[in-house]
Amino acid sequence: MAYLELKGLERDFGTVKALDGIEISLDQGEFLSLLGPSGCGKTTALRLVAGFDRPDKGSIVVDGKDVTHVSPSKRDMGMVFQAYSLFPNMTASQNVEFGLKIRGRHRGDRHKRVGELLELVGLAQAGDRYPHQLSGGMQQRVALARALAIEPRVLLLDEPLSALDAKVRLQLREEIRRIQLELGITTLYVTHDQEEALSISDHVAVMYSGRIEQMGSPAEMYSSPATPFVAEFIGTMNRLEATVLDGGTGAVEYGGVTLTVNAARDRARGSRVLVLVRPETVELVPANGDGDPNTLVGDVVTQTFLGPVTRLKVLGPGTDLIADVATAKAATLPVGTRVTATVPAEGARLLELSDEEPLPSIPEEPGPSGQ
Amino acid sequence: MMARLRRIAPSAYIWLFLAAVYFVLPLLATFLFSLRSNQTGKCCTLHSYGWVIHNGDFWHTLKISFVLALETIVICLVLFVPTVYWVHLKVPRLRPVIAFIALVPFVVPPIVMVIGLLNVYRGTPAWFYDKPWGILCAVYVILAFPYMFFALDAGFRSIDVHTLTEASQSLGASWPTTLFKVILPNIRVAALAGSFLALAIVMGEFTIANLAQFHTFPIFLQYVNETQAYPAGAVTLMSFGITWAAMLSLLFVGRGRGARPTLIAGGR
Amino acid sequence: MFRPDVKSGRSRLSLAWIGALPFFAYTLLFLFLPAGEVLVGAFKSVHGGWTLSNVTGLRHEPYYTAFKTSIEVSLVTAVIGGIAGFGIAYAAIREGTPRWVRSGLTTFSGVAANFGGIPLAFAFIATLGTIGIATQFMKNQLHIDIYGNGFTLFSKTGVEIVYLYFQIPLMILVIAPAIDGLKREWREAASNLGASPFQFWRYVGVPVLMPSMLGAVILLFGNSFAAYATAYGLTSGAVSLVPILIGAYYSGNVLDNPHLAQAMAFGMFLVLAVMMVAYIPLQRRSARWSK
Repeated sequence: MAYLELKGLERDFGTVKALDGIEISLDQGEFLSLLGPSGCGKTTALRLVAGFDRPDKGSIVVDGKDVTHVSPSKRDMGMVFQAYSLFPNMTASQNVEFGLKIRGRHRGDRHKRVGELLELVGLAQAGDRYPHQLSGGMQQRVALARALAIEPRVLLLDEPLSALDAKVRLQLREEIRRIQLELGITTLYVTHDQEEALSISDHVAVMYSGRIEQMGSPAEMYSSPATPFVAEFIGTMNRLEATVLDGGTGAVEYGGVTLTVNAARDRARGSRVLVLVRPETVELVPANGDGDPNTLVGDVVTQTFLGPVTRLKVLGPGTDLIADVATAKAATLPVGTRVTATVPAEGARLLELSDEEPLPSIPEEPGPSGQ
Repeated sequence: MMARLRRIAPSAYIWLFLAAVYFVLPLLATFLFSLRSNQTGKCCTLHSYGWVIHNGDFWHTLKISFVLALETIVICLVLFVPTVYWVHLKVPRLRPVIAFIALVPFVVPPIVMVIGLLNVYRGTPAWFYDKPWGILCAVYVILAFPYMFFALDAGFRSIDVHTLTEASQSLGASWPTTLFKVILPNIRVAALAGSFLALAIVMGEFTIANLAQFHTFPIFLQYVNETQAYPAGAVTLMSFGITWAAMLSLLFVGRGRGARPTLIAGGR
Repeated sequence: MFRPDVKSGRSRLSLAWIGALPFFAYTLLFLFLPAGEVLVGAFKSVHGGWTLSNVTGLRHEPYYTAFKTSIEVSLVTAVIGGIAGFGIAYAAIREGTPRWVRSGLTTFSGVAANFGGIPLAFAFIATLGTIGIATQFMKNQLHIDIYGNGFTLFSKTGVEIVYLYFQIPLMILVIAPAIDGLKREWREAASNLGASPFQFWRYVGVPVLMPSMLGAVILLFGNSFAAYATAYGLTSGAVSLVPILIGAYYSGNVLDNPHLAQAMAFGMFLVLAVMMVAYIPLQRRSARWSK
């Protein structure tokens, strides 16, 4: 049963349509991430929920009550900002107890609750420190404790980890999820980091240009992207423009080669499609002789070491592929090797392309470790 | 872009309006004054401006002040640029010391400084003691020093002195070459900012010039104020114009560097 | 274990600081020597020995009035300048005001903070002097004769009015960065946690701004206290302020004991030094919070 609902939210800034009809529904205790590149509207949506802005159209409903016109101080939500939100003139403890103080709780109650929360976020010893004496990660923990102190109905997080180091980020996101599960609090989380969103959310909503492109569980988003944008945004994906040859057998033509793609069955002959193949499903073997006319042939042009896996870029006439190969195996396929790439018939997804629709380009985003 | 409230708060209107009135009125009054005729005491004539332009003392003192300013700027640059460079490069521990010394002129303002100055150097030769280019310029360098220092310091901090110097030397350049061809061009903006501040200081400095009895431009201004009411308006506006030009050049020059305009001693 | 090469600081330091010698020599000659002469001279006697009488004599007339007036004027212009400067700066910076107002104000303040001395004095004479434009306007159009009612520009009050012309812009310049430093996130976080705007100011806004405000007011005080040219231009030395008195004494109005002027200068130095000592920690505190 829906606890937090965003209904038909629209918001314009001058000529820019920041939100174009957002519909989201969260159950109580659910963790939903709004994922997308900067400018997609995710933070705008969050700020509407928090009350720092009013929608031009649509409404926000919490536990059955419409809060669209309620001031932010009365919505009973806890928000964690991206950075700088701790009050600099107060210690960590004083920051955490602020909401309680405003609500008139007694000093004894407050101290007890502050203690519990600092314990919860792992900062029991740091209560007397000032924000400038805390690291970025610790500051965000305090910010989380502060937001949770008031026992809010909804927890809102606006890219809370973007300003932190990679290692701290990994650590903290697990903690946020752990705490959220422990408390069972309905949570709306905004991020541009798809790995982050996929790893800790119950559901993910990918946004682009003010609209929701797709919403679903992380597994669904990864394996079954519904639009070219989502396919490109989540994980790395090979996007092969192909033409259907035979809807019966699932044969498609790509780069002068005929491939069999099960997902192409029942498509009209001649329709333009995008074959989506995850790099880890592409199999590479060194080419011997001319090879089977139905396999893709190309040369390894670059190798990028990614730790357990190495990413190989394979280029051939009409072929442009990325394959993720176990690092040990990649050593046997150095740059310059001619290889045969096999796309398993079952491992590819398909998206229809209309003739006019250009492939959306993904705006430049700093990667997870590219802050 | 986050949404902003589109309304201006009413209290903001009031504050800004009152501020505008208070700050514009005296300027307006000066201008109107400068247009009054000596005979009728009413508007409107350019006679005062004519008087100023044809007044030999005006040009004479203006020239003295201007030359003094240039001299001050040159000495400042020659003394402070290498020093700040050296400190940044080799002896960073001295930097706080110098920064502290830069605060001393605020604790020993011109009125205090001048009486000590004139006593200490009483016995020096006439070319130093009796001429503005000597003792007056010497102390103006001190007056300009804090502003020069903070401007140059900010400039040096914004470039990587070590890397530039080492790169230059590894390519075979000598010290003077490094200083002139590599370092100076990069702190040009800061040096210019400091120079404009020094210019404004010297063109407006009254206290020391008055007590040391040198005839600089501000002294001339005061003389006109005391003797000729309406031409005083004209010279006052011209003097404003000079200060403004210096400060606006400073802001213009310092644009990319976030230069903050600061206060000038001795002119108050 | 392998350790990277560490520059040995000691021996290099003792040679390198010689590069700063010209600078130190210059400040010694033209800053410390004159300053020292004055401060030490305050304790010298006309007869050649040391004495405290110059300095202790400061509590008598006319010095007492001069210090009192100077302190009063400085306090008044510092506080009023502080409040007005803050009000104007906040009005220009807060959300809702167009951006051009803020940059125009900063530019103007940068220039106006340096309008001092003789030109400023005259500008106000032209405005509120006996035949000033505003004076005449009020007399002829509004039938209010301010001079008839006892007001005069050439007084302590007049000095205060004129001093505000550079005090307020100074305040604006100093406090604007601090107001900028009030992060929007604090406001929003406070609101999110249930605080009203008043509660925000009371628990966060004012405490965070307080060091900057106090520091700025102290700066304004020192600025006003040390000012000479403006008061001189306004009154030709008629109003009793410490810098004016020093100037008068030095120029030879009363000169059997030159150490009297030095004693006054010492008094000024003391006041300003106390200001500086109070200002520096405040400055550091506010810088820390605006991170």
